[in-house]
Amino acid sequence: MRATKTVKWMFIATAALLALASLASAQESEAHLGKLTGHASAGKQLYYRFCWGCHGFRGDGNGENAPYLNPTPRNFVQATFKCRSTVTGTLPTDEDLYNSIGRGFNTTNMPSWISLSNQQRVDLVAFIKTLSPRWKNDKPGVPITVRPEPKLTVESIKHGQELFQKLECWKCHGQEGYGDGPSAATLTDSNDQPIRPYNFSVGSRFKCGATNQDLYTIFITGLDGTPMPSFADVVKPEDAWDLVHFLRTLQVTHKSPELTLWESTKEGAQEVASKKIYGTPTGSGIKQ
Amino acid sequence: MRMKQVYIAGLGVLAASAIAVYAAPSGGTISGKVTYQGTPAKAKPIDMSKEPSCAKQHATPVTTETVVTGPNNSLENVVVYVSAGAPDESAPSEAVKFDQKGCQYIPHVLAFQVNQTLEIANDDQTSHNIHPLPRINREWNKSQPPGTPPMTDKYDKPEFIPVKCNIHPWMHGNFAVMKNSHYAVTQGEGSFTLPNLPPGKYTITAWHESYGDQTQEVTISGSETKSVNFVFKAKPY
Repeated sequence: MRATKTVKWMFIATAALLALASLASAQESEAHLGKLTGHASAGKQLYYRFCWGCHGFRGDGNGENAPYLNPTPRNFVQATFKCRSTVTGTLPTDEDLYNSIGRGFNTTNMPSWISLSNQQRVDLVAFIKTLSPRWKNDKPGVPITVRPEPKLTVESIKHGQELFQKLECWKCHGQEGYGDGPSAATLTDSNDQPIRPYNFSVGSRFKCGATNQDLYTIFITGLDGTPMPSFADVVKPEDAWDLVHFLRTLQVTHKSPELTLWESTKEGAQEVASKKIYGTPTGSGIKQ
Repeated sequence: MRMKQVYIAGLGVLAASAIAVYAAPSGGTISGKVTYQGTPAKAKPIDMSKEPSCAKQHATPVTTETVVTGPNNSLENVVVYVSAGAPDESAPSEAVKFDQKGCQYIPHVLAFQVNQTLEIANDDQTSHNIHPLPRINREWNKSQPPGTPPMTDKYDKPEFIPVKCNIHPWMHGNFAVMKNSHYAVTQGEGSFTLPNLPPGKYTITAWHESYGDQTQEVTISGSETKSVNFVFKAKPY
């Protein structure tokens, strides 16, 4: 008699626990990437092992290491993200955040977390989304459509060069892309911290990726929270691609197909030869 | 008997509220002046030599606009608004205009309502990037080269938002996103008027970009005009 009563109670307790668990999971933040589904509860464990030292206990970017870092760690409570495929002023997609974790941020202290499994990175995305109320109120923006890259031609590079002047990219990035334009010294991010414009001459990896498509996306969507604006409404896709081709010729220390083509013309060869090269050149085409 | 009394009382309340609503358009007015005490920071001339197309638009160098004063210690660019006591209102259909001319924002402080259309134009021969820095609303940053049509935007939460152009670091402006239509921005004489206020108790707030905000409680009964003055303590730095 007594035994059956105990069993009955155990049954009720289990049922209650199961109900609670399902309730909790219904409210839990999730992230989706292809077939993977990330869960915030799993991401939380990872966050408080790997991330909070810089990004802080509450995700506000005020971790123990933060005072020693420049640029400062991302503030997930503010939820303003640089690397998005979505239009300026909107939240990034799950995939954008997932890619950011895996890629790391070149020229910052954020490493590439490829040591974590795909599932773990998706879990982290799900947890990061619980740190700001914005994720509850707003929906991620619609990703921009990246038109297929047109064929690389000398005309395209030359047109890109004109656009670099016309759109006044040089005001911050400098005439030769060294990141030393007239406004460069005055730039601050949205938290009033000094910030540098990208130096195109030093390498081929940008903050938000290394491919031409990534460069196109950076230019069109802008880097929210930084002085880099979005050009989505003011530049045609073919013009944006021309500019991408030109920007690739600025990376004189890292050989690119664009630079090779540009150097094969008389005008381009002269321009490249006149440039000062800082640091150690990489890539196959440059004699050291 | 009891029921009847309640019924009559209820009718009375209804009638009173109906009258109150009806009387709303011709309500009371709050007016006054915003002044400062002490010595404000001197406006500094802006060096626009890095942007010749803007520099040549100004015969004399323009000065910073963080504190703009008028005659008799009056303070300009102060947003005076009803911060409590008035219901939230939906936005009017007309757009407010924010202009970039001579590498300056015109007006320096622009007040408009939540969800009201904001139209930003570039009249200069140079590229600007418009970078409002909100904390509550979403932050965006867009480039506007010369000759591009005005861009439009909306803000869905009330907030004071600093605006800047990263290309021209001297350019500073402010958006004041208001939740109702009872607001004013002081001009040369530092005076303001908030008309059409139905009877009630209001909290009036005056906000200045450098000196912060002040509040005062005002009770309006009928169609009277009440005077409210604000005095800010000026800082010399």
